[in-house]
Amino acid sequence: MPEVLSAPLVLEFPFTRSLGPVQSAFLTGLRERVVLGVRTTDGRVLVPPVEYDPVTAEEIHDLVEVAPTGTVTTWAWNHAPRRGQPLATPFAWVLVRLDGADTALLHALDAPGPDAVRTGMRVRVRWAEERTGAITDIACFEPHDGEPAQPGDSTGAFADPLRGIVAPARLDYTYSPGRAQTAYIGALSARRIVGERCPSCRKVYVPPRGACPTCGLATAEQVEVGPRGTVTTFCIVNIKAKNLDIEVPYVYAHIALDGADLALHARIGGIPYDRVRMGLRVEPVWTEGARYPDHYRPTSEPDADYETYKELL
Amino acid sequence: MSKEPVAVTGIGQTKHVAARRDVSIAGLVREAAIRALADAELTWADIDAVVIGKAPDFFEGVMMPELYLADALGAVGKPMLRVHTAGSVGGSTALVAANLVAARVHGTVLTLAFEKQSESNAMWGLSLPIPFQQPLLAGAGGFFAPHVRAYMRRSGAPDTIGSLVAYKDRRNALKNPYAHLHEHDITLEKVLASPMLWDPIRYSETCPSSDGACAMVLTDRAGAARAPRPPAWLLGGAMRSEPTLFAGKDFVSPQAGKDCAADVYRQAGIADPRRDIDAVEMYVPFSWYEPMWLENLGFAAEGEGWKLTESGVTALDGDLPVNMSGGVLSTNPIGASGMIRFAEAALQVRGQAGEHQVDGARRVLGHAYGGGSQFFSMWLVGSAPPGS
Ligand SMILES: [Zn+2]
Repeated sequence: MPEVLSAPLVLEFPFTRSLGPVQSAFLTGLRERVVLGVRTTDGRVLVPPVEYDPVTAEEIHDLVEVAPTGTVTTWAWNHAPRRGQPLATPFAWVLVRLDGADTALLHALDAPGPDAVRTGMRVRVRWAEERTGAITDIACFEPHDGEPAQPGDSTGAFADPLRGIVAPARLDYTYSPGRAQTAYIGALSARRIVGERCPSCRKVYVPPRGACPTCGLATAEQVEVGPRGTVTTFCIVNIKAKNLDIEVPYVYAHIALDGADLALHARIGGIPYDRVRMGLRVEPVWTEGARYPDHYRPTSEPDADYETYKELL
Repeated sequence: MSKEPVAVTGIGQTKHVAARRDVSIAGLVREAAIRALADAELTWADIDAVVIGKAPDFFEGVMMPELYLADALGAVGKPMLRVHTAGSVGGSTALVAANLVAARVHGTVLTLAFEKQSESNAMWGLSLPIPFQQPLLAGAGGFFAPHVRAYMRRSGAPDTIGSLVAYKDRRNALKNPYAHLHEHDITLEKVLASPMLWDPIRYSETCPSSDGACAMVLTDRAGAARAPRPPAWLLGGAMRSEPTLFAGKDFVSPQAGKDCAADVYRQAGIADPRRDIDAVEMYVPFSWYEPMWLENLGFAAEGEGWKLTESGVTALDGDLPVNMSGGVLSTNPIGASGMIRFAEAALQVRGQAGEHQVDGARRVLGHAYGGGSQFFSMWLVGSAPPGS
């Protein structure tokens, strides 16, 4: 069996987040070198603050400033920091209960090695030089052997509060299309379109996915289809998509290749867009170096009869 | 042992808008939940479990809403479940919650669905760059437009039907204070003149992108007896799925949709939906789906759905009003849109739909679908308990 294809797949998007009143005050506070907690109905101070009381579910907004010094409640050594983590050199992940708070905040502790870290050790905030209203405004924590710092008396009212943040997300996958699609893609390089037939219902799937979605059986028998086919239905796209170098309007069509039991989707060219019709007979147009046909164009055959393709829309 | 009858005693929605920059996602869901509790005159302590649904994760980048939103929804110390079924999720979420009551697992359940489309980009979420595949050329509208053309060919419907639906739904939305689009100056001429985006679908025949949430309180007979306002009673509910693509798939009238509706009608003892059901809130993100679903749900014979639209049967004052609230065409926080259909159906049989109330609505269907027409969820609610 030939080797199955694989390739990196990176998905990233700059999601935005509206903060609401409590997170707005917390992040704006960090920008101003102030750490805020929220007081719950039973009098505890939660840092970082939350919008709703975890015990009573009531809305809470009594913000109180806590000190930038605190105590490590537990920790884990990070031997190999990754991209995007707070420090580039090995560090400890720590939960720190700041002086004046009842809960602990997760952050990084800059320490020379795991031997220098212990539960109960005293630490203080090291502020980032440039602060924008983000958890990274606390660059990290560092060991502290002085007195507890005195918290200020901020109640969370700031000029020019932050209303929203950008929360970029990134996922790195290794993607494999599997055996059936690898074979399909291999055949395309020889400009052949090869599907697979279900051993039970005998339907031919192009592109093949390795199993029949109706019968749940693995497919193996390869069947060459096309190259000609019939436009079964279509739309005329009038909006230009980002990242797609196609002039509008263009026709996006479902094409039932001769011998296939499911239509595939492709662009129609070589004919004015307003003359494309259901039943039009088409064939692929290949371009040098491309994996897929660039588009499909009309053949000189007469249109297919509706009865012959009405199950393949 | 028979099932416990399920009642809807509380309903809450946010005012749906393009962007709610004043609240976090927690604040948004909280607003709908508080309104549902207030409607039922209950407090957090009265809720036994919470069932939440939202759009697919890439649509807004919240991977574990059940973790993030537990305290906002008073779920600490209680069971909390999350449901996934693409665009139909709001309906499926309500049905999972209803089943917990029907099975007597819980007495009173809060169910909620939401989406903040402004914080992400659904189009991006729908067109991820999968290696070795040709990029999708057309987005959601381009995916559904060829199926609309197939419907037009199959039914012989006039080109104008899609615009009639859009005009009707946008006019209905003017009577719904929670609807996103309030186009006071809309005319049929404007809809007909709006540009073709994915021919045969025009701009005005597509749904907006909204931020919003919807919540319901579902409860048992004892809970219904204590309710301050008339409840809506669940008469039948079902879900069905099928693959997005398979040989023989009928995109115009998917088998899973037909089977789902048939199951609901069987449970509710509906022999003739056109006669026995008073109104429908159906999931119509592109206006042509109204006649298509009328056929799929058994309200019209195959190829005849558009005639109900054209003759005004589906208008607010028609004989089978459809999307009295303005529908998905006027409000589309994707993750919540299915639950809004279910909640609006319940508002109608409770007589609480305000200006868009259908007089005397006794049995109303709520409908949702999702994915590439592959997930279906529906419920039929009534003003009287089942079996009465
Ligand atoms: Zn098969």
